[in-house]
Amino acid sequence: MSEFHEKNVQEEVSELETKSATAARLFDIRRIIGGLFALYGVIVTIAGLTASDADIDKAEGVNINLWTGLGMLVLGLFFLTWLKLRPTAPPTPPVEK
Amino acid sequence: MQTPTYLAAELRLPTNWLDYTILAIYFLVVLGIGLAARRSVKTSLDFFLSGRSLPAWVTGLAFVAANLGATEILGMAANSAQYGVYTTHWYWIGAIPAMVFLGLVMMPFYYGSKVRSVPEFLLLRFDRSAHLLSSILFAIAAILIAGVNLYALAIVVEALLGWPLWVSIVVAGAFVLAYITLGGLSSAIYNEVLQFFVILAALIPITILGLKKVGGWDGLSDTLSAQHGGDFMTSWGGTGIGSDNPLGANWLTIVLGLGFVLGFGYWTTNFAEVQRALSAKNLSAAKRTPLIAAFPKIFIVFLVMIPGLVAAALVPKIGTAGSDLQYNDAIPYLMEQFLPNGVLGIAVTGLLAAFMAGMAANVSSFNTVFTTDIWAKYVKKGESDEYYLKFGRLITVIGVLASIGTAFLAQSFSNIMAYLQTLFSFFNVPMFVVFIIGMFWKRASVKSGFWGLLAGTVAAMVNYFWIYKQGVVDIPSDQGANFVSAIVGFVAGAVVMVAVSLFTAPKPAAELEGLVYGTRSAGMSEAPGEGDDAWYRKPALLGWGAVVLAAACYIPFSF
Repeated sequence: MSEFHEKNVQEEVSELETKSATAARLFDIRRIIGGLFALYGVIVTIAGLTASDADIDKAEGVNINLWTGLGMLVLGLFFLTWLKLRPTAPPTPPVEK
Repeated sequence: MQTPTYLAAELRLPTNWLDYTILAIYFLVVLGIGLAARRSVKTSLDFFLSGRSLPAWVTGLAFVAANLGATEILGMAANSAQYGVYTTHWYWIGAIPAMVFLGLVMMPFYYGSKVRSVPEFLLLRFDRSAHLLSSILFAIAAILIAGVNLYALAIVVEALLGWPLWVSIVVAGAFVLAYITLGGLSSAIYNEVLQFFVILAALIPITILGLKKVGGWDGLSDTLSAQHGGDFMTSWGGTGIGSDNPLGANWLTIVLGLGFVLGFGYWTTNFAEVQRALSAKNLSAAKRTPLIAAFPKIFIVFLVMIPGLVAAALVPKIGTAGSDLQYNDAIPYLMEQFLPNGVLGIAVTGLLAAFMAGMAANVSSFNTVFTTDIWAKYVKKGESDEYYLKFGRLITVIGVLASIGTAFLAQSFSNIMAYLQTLFSFFNVPMFVVFIIGMFWKRASVKSGFWGLLAGTVAAMVNYFWIYKQGVVDIPSDQGANFVSAIVGFVAGAVVMVAVSLFTAPKPAAELEGLVYGTRSAGMSEAPGEGDDAWYRKPALLGWGAVVLAAACYIPFSF
């Protein structure tokens, strides 16, 4: 094929779709979000539990590390639970023509 | 918006080992995503479009995150500190209607026609000259915008953390390069989803503590109304035609210029956005991508506007000669004032992540257009798919290096946000007019695409460089000028398209199937996936829900 034709564009994409490996091999992002936020949640919560008076005074009297840390932890656990309850669906086999 | 670029030098944040640990973890995860996504890349379609296989919530969050770059966050907070609650227009009228239109009306044509990029749609609808011109314009715009993000990142990092300019440019460029070259669009999208949540974790504490400091919304409202007048705290106050307001725009230019032309131009034809929807796994998911994105978009305005307003209340002279702080300093100033180590690290990470994602969105759309639209169609035709996959990786490297070059170019502009909006009015608006007419008017001829695009681009540039910059007509602010450029570009493109269409041949009806409103293609009648018929996944409900919600949000700010 030396010269492309406008019609071939759509056929080319259809053909590539059948060879694509993303659906079968790409990991689930929920695992990463869940893991990272659980880890951040723990780190920031600990910073909150050990907060100095200066830290709390700075943040208008709120222990902002504690609250943000707990919030992030909850979000992380939410994603991990969601992943557990609804695991990645196995890819549907390509339709035979 | 006359917001100077540089952050005040004394904003150096009191970061410690804890903050740097949080930052380092993030950088490791970003690289990990790239490495792990690598094994899913087998074809060029995997690399450029994630094999058209991602779920709607992932592409939807990536859609909103690709826009939530740090230039947007710092820029919109600056906008709020300077103009007040007018900032809501950029969200509720400037974004939501366009996002809903993209999802409900345009997506069947984009996704159903199986194009890989926005220029490729123009190839099918018009001809090669329209295709090549739009590809080249988009490639240039993408590299310029990626450079702006990189440069903005570097100056913020220099001010906040004290790293030299070139160190941040090289480090951030290298990370973006690594994760996109490895994992392609999948790793760009996954990082955007992650960045979306980190940025929320950064902005929510700042907003809450800021509000607490100024006595809640009522306290904030009283303070600012006393300083700036009551219109500062409303969306529409003072926008009557002929009345004066700091934005330099009336309700008509807001609705037409920002809401219709700029908003629709950005959200519906900017490939860096549309690409996220094209990577969705089926037509239903593609339609829902911008609709799912619309809901966070409605509320994100509060997380950037309130910090901007709080900064204006705490530092009444912000942005003027009476203070060292610039409007762009609003969010970094609050970070420095309120956040203890720990959350501070999260906030710094969020900002850096947002800058990198803003750059990555442009690099990952640039490499797609350059490879599939320019290289594979006009330069090296008919090579194997492995060749184009390899070339895509190579051009990613070149794209990142070019962005580093344009980052130093951005250094010569004094106001980044206005520079960015000006680029959008040059590049997105003419593309939008060609699209909207091509998609809704069958008679628009084969040749009209090219001439409409050319006329719109030239007219927007002439308005900006000659009529505004040379002062032929007096327009009070850069933002006001951008709205006018957008309208001028739109009208010029439309008039030329109609004129050319009347004198040249239309495209045969058979070749327009699935490309023009009222026709159908095989891709559109695709059966919905399992579970897609659930009521909460109905595109019409999501879309109209978003529009109603955005309109309702205006009510408390209109009186």
